[in-house]
Amino acid sequence: MKLATLQRAVAQAVMQPLTPSEHMQRTAPGGGRMSAYVARFIKPNDRLTSFERLEIYNRQYWFRVLSSMIEDFPGLQAVLGTRRFEAMCKAYLTACPSRSFTLRNLGAHLEAWLRRNPKWVAPMQTLALDMVRLEWADIEAFDGKAEPALRSEDLGAMANPRLVLKVQPYVQLLELHYPVDKLLLEVKDGDDGNADFASNAFQERRKKRKVQAVAKLKPAQIFLAVHRLDYSVYFRRIEPEEFLLLSSLRNGKPIERAIELAFRKSSMPAADRSASVQQSFQTWATLGWFCRPEESTRGEKTHGKSGQI
Amino acid sequence: MPANRFNNFTEYGIGIGLRAPHYDHILSRKPVVGWFEIISENFMIDGGRPLHILDQILEQYKVVQHGVSMYFGSAEKPNREHLRRLKELVKRTKTPWLTDHLCWGSVDGRYTHDLLPMPYTFEAARLTAQKVREVRDFLEVPIAVENVSSYAEFHVSEMTEWEFLNEVVERADCGILLDVNNIYVSSQNHSFDPLTYLNSVPAERVAQIHIAGHSKYRKYILDTHDHPVIDPVWKLYERAIQRAGHTATLLEWDDSIPSFQEVHGEALKANRFLAEATLAVAV
Repeated sequence: MKLATLQRAVAQAVMQPLTPSEHMQRTAPGGGRMSAYVARFIKPNDRLTSFERLEIYNRQYWFRVLSSMIEDFPGLQAVLGTRRFEAMCKAYLTACPSRSFTLRNLGAHLEAWLRRNPKWVAPMQTLALDMVRLEWADIEAFDGKAEPALRSEDLGAMANPRLVLKVQPYVQLLELHYPVDKLLLEVKDGDDGNADFASNAFQERRKKRKVQAVAKLKPAQIFLAVHRLDYSVYFRRIEPEEFLLLSSLRNGKPIERAIELAFRKSSMPAADRSASVQQSFQTWATLGWFCRPEESTRGEKTHGKSGQI
Repeated sequence: MPANRFNNFTEYGIGIGLRAPHYDHILSRKPVVGWFEIISENFMIDGGRPLHILDQILEQYKVVQHGVSMYFGSAEKPNREHLRRLKELVKRTKTPWLTDHLCWGSVDGRYTHDLLPMPYTFEAARLTAQKVREVRDFLEVPIAVENVSSYAEFHVSEMTEWEFLNEVVERADCGILLDVNNIYVSSQNHSFDPLTYLNSVPAERVAQIHIAGHSKYRKYILDTHDHPVIDPVWKLYERAIQRAGHTATLLEWDDSIPSFQEVHGEALKANRFLAEATLAVAV
């Protein structure tokens, strides 16, 4: 048997979902008895059958990928409950196995997959999708690229309405239908890695608290910037106009145009807008959210009109 | 043979794995540690805290990269994005040598994230060695391949595991990261004499040694890296040092990680054998 053929056959068995009692399935990929399928390429020994030997790898695979999903999506687990979450993860990982060398990217396609397969999160699809988006943004903000930040004084020197400012790659902008930021913080609260030392009663109380927090959650549109400061991730609520402004800047719009788009449907009095924009830019620059634009996108120099940043 | 071309002729002593629960202790207390081994994949990212921590460690300590997903034994070509990111990290750490496992784990671009055992065939040895050479040429750093623990064997195998290891490293002209705990675990799972394995390894290619603990179940042993090193493994280590001389040694402890002092203390037990090796060379 050629190496590639053998590896394909083994991988199919190893990545096949476990039974509810966490054993290797009796049916092989493509049908037939798994014991016969495995015996074709795995030797038995004096203690284990071929089936049992490969089962060790089958179990290891699923324990590893499921624990990675639990680590990355505790909020979604709280929304769905442990059983539904695990069932959903098994379906997702079967449909979208890892295509990256790192487990960090295991959940990269979860949002898109859930949109195509809403039954796994029904009837809480909107809440679940919001949570997935927030948790993926959390991952991206944690280790996303940071370029040298522009400070307020740099921005002042570059003042130009046609300037194209670059938002730091690690800053994630989200428009959400539920206040999942608070829920996720509540879910993560107490997850300090000392679970082994906590009593069962304490664990039960925490689980109950999470369920209550999900049940109480009412829809409310929020806009978030998920960013990091001093290497820790923060969820910062922003105004709708700020969200639109930052999104336009991220999409490469010049400052002047981005401001226009941000206030097109705004109810903010025109007289207040300039000060508001100035304040926002000041804050964002302090947080280091802007970086130097590419040479070709800095815009032309203008005379007589300073950019309101 | 205190050092060789497979570890860039470096004189590294005893190291431990750099793990997140120890970051605060290491950065605030600055303990004396020979070197740290990092899991490359944990730092093949664009930014954020992990790289910030790594840069602080690099300012004060020697670091060697150890990978878990190059899969030299997978039949498919190396992942270009993986290689690109790995090379970036190699430039950052200036690792004198780089290690990954003699195993496979990906098929048709799908990753199992496990260290799956090789079928010990000449075809597999040829393809694996070719991949080791390609990766080394791209990364421009010496490579050592690690023997893995295994729980299954293939009918198609044409040789023993140690013969396969020799076949690969000779063809690739690469080093060996000799994991004596893995030899022990596999010897128990497959009923062979671990000393036969150990005595067959080309000592002049041993760039580094791993020691670790494991978990014993009723019918097999799992390589869990969550216990101290047991005496039979220390005996294998002693034999490895007798054969290979003073060799860079690393304790792996990846699960149920105890305090830094406990992990470091366990690693430093290797000093006894290294001191004897040094003495033997002097005499």
